[in-house]
Amino acid sequence: MIQQLSLLFPMLPMWLVQAIWCGVVAVLLLTFFSLFAGPVSWLERRIAGRIMSRIGPNRVGPQGIIQWLADGVKNFLKEDLIPRDADKILFRFAPYPVFLGVTLTLVTLPFSSLLIGADLNVGLLYIVGAWGLVVIGLIAAGWSSNNKWTLLGGMRSAAQMISYEIPLVLSLLVVVLMSGSLSLQTIISSQGASPVEWFIFSNPFAFIAFVIFMISAVAEGNRTPFDLPEAESELVAGYNTEYSGMRFLFFFFAEWGNLYVIGALAASLFLGGWQIPAGWRNFASAQGPILPHVFEVLMFQLKTWIWVLLIIQLRWTLPRLRVDQLMKVSWKYLTPFAFVSIVGTGLWMVVFPEGWLFMKYLLLFSMLAVIGYFVWRAIWQLRFTKSKADFKLIV
Amino acid sequence: MDYFKNIFESAATVFEGLTITASHMFRKPITIQYPDRTLSPVIEMLPSRYRGFLEVDMKICTGCTLCMQACPIQCINIEIAKKTPSPQPSPSRGEGDGGGVPMRLITKFNIDIALCMFCGLCTEPCPTGAIRFSKRFENATEDINKLMFKFVEEGKPVAPYKKSSG
Ligand code: SF4
Ligand code: SF4
Repeated sequence: MIQQLSLLFPMLPMWLVQAIWCGVVAVLLLTFFSLFAGPVSWLERRIAGRIMSRIGPNRVGPQGIIQWLADGVKNFLKEDLIPRDADKILFRFAPYPVFLGVTLTLVTLPFSSLLIGADLNVGLLYIVGAWGLVVIGLIAAGWSSNNKWTLLGGMRSAAQMISYEIPLVLSLLVVVLMSGSLSLQTIISSQGASPVEWFIFSNPFAFIAFVIFMISAVAEGNRTPFDLPEAESELVAGYNTEYSGMRFLFFFFAEWGNLYVIGALAASLFLGGWQIPAGWRNFASAQGPILPHVFEVLMFQLKTWIWVLLIIQLRWTLPRLRVDQLMKVSWKYLTPFAFVSIVGTGLWMVVFPEGWLFMKYLLLFSMLAVIGYFVWRAIWQLRFTKSKADFKLIV
Repeated sequence: MDYFKNIFESAATVFEGLTITASHMFRKPITIQYPDRTLSPVIEMLPSRYRGFLEVDMKICTGCTLCMQACPIQCINIEIAKKTPSPQPSPSRGEGDGGGVPMRLITKFNIDIALCMFCGLCTEPCPTGAIRFSKRFENATEDINKLMFKFVEEGKPVAPYKKSSG
């Protein structure tokens, strides 16, 4: 890409073209990020409202869809309070690692086979490393506010993120084992468009790894049921109790940005990423060079959004775990199973080097059966309470 | 084994919880969007014995001040003046010579709604049911004096109600 660009502007030196290109990409990624985090905050509040038989924000714009803009502007205008006894430098610094940790992961998250910030050959390692920055920010915020609630929140976040990083990384290892690469584009290209070619259905152990990945990623993102660091009902607001204005917004921006990172990681590592069926690709390529990428982006976003919505729904379904339960889940359940799935996947690859198609279909159809049972059960719940299904948006 | 039972139970309960919340996505919210998006005005939706602001029907108030005495926090202020009206025949009273007979007049009937706690004790002793709760409840104001409800305008005393003997 950069080579083509420097050919377009031959009079500019190479480093300048590169710098401008980096700036453009960074601005584009940040724009995408804010355009994701904002509306998702609105969406989440609407879904939460529905789940609680409320309505949720519906006044600002049609259906309240620009509520997030109003909230953002409001936060811009708020005073940036710094407590008198706070560690001022650390207090100002703390939101940035949190924000950075989440946004940096976007660099290697692909949108399509072409659209990617940078296809690092250590992409997965980079993502895990960048994500680890978040915990620094959370502890710094908790410590520097000089407040017992925030300190408790910061300590909890440290304990939580460090213990959940282990099953997370171990479950990622399963993918690395199957694809033989750390680069996200290679991981995606080694999967296919049809579900049986995805890593999630390739063997039962990979499926376990996926479940472990989802659970520990939700914990990494500090979302309910693992939102102990901010635990509103116990710690006021946890590590961000003392924050206001833009600094507070940074924390929440990171929280909703995390949703995308989790969804996109799940989609690209286990669900085949942007792969589209060959038929579509041929059709799209016939229309021109751009359409295949549009399809790929749409496919990727579709897969991402399924998980984003699931995580949002999980948040409003489950109660928060106790601290000891949190540790128990990580160390007693997730970590051993992550090891089992690594060893199991390794053995599976030795026994079935070509994969076992029957197992793939079995996993796929049991997944579909679970989804079908889910739908049936949800309808049953609706009937059980004698409610009429209501699809209206406006009330 | 407990270990695997725990795993199974957590998966099953999370699944069940998700189906319940998923079914809630298709249920009607029960929120009433006060004040502007209600099906009928909110006042009409209130129950019949709702305790809003007090109102006094001065046409049937007898000026007995029972309500003032009943109020535990003295937020009703009634003043009665005895006046000897000018000796003119007043046809409404049906007395040809009202002159010289002292007459009671209510010169002040204030209820401090800012103080009132809507206990309803004032409404009970009222012999005519003149003082009662209305359904009005919206009166946010920046001036607390506006919450002093004056049922008798200054300088325009009201003659108390008398049961017609007939
Ligand atoms: S409702 Fe209670 S507090 Fe209010 S005026 Fe009547 S007696 Fe007094
Ligand atoms: S409102 Fe009722 S109780 Fe109060 S003075 Fe009038 S008649 Fe008497």
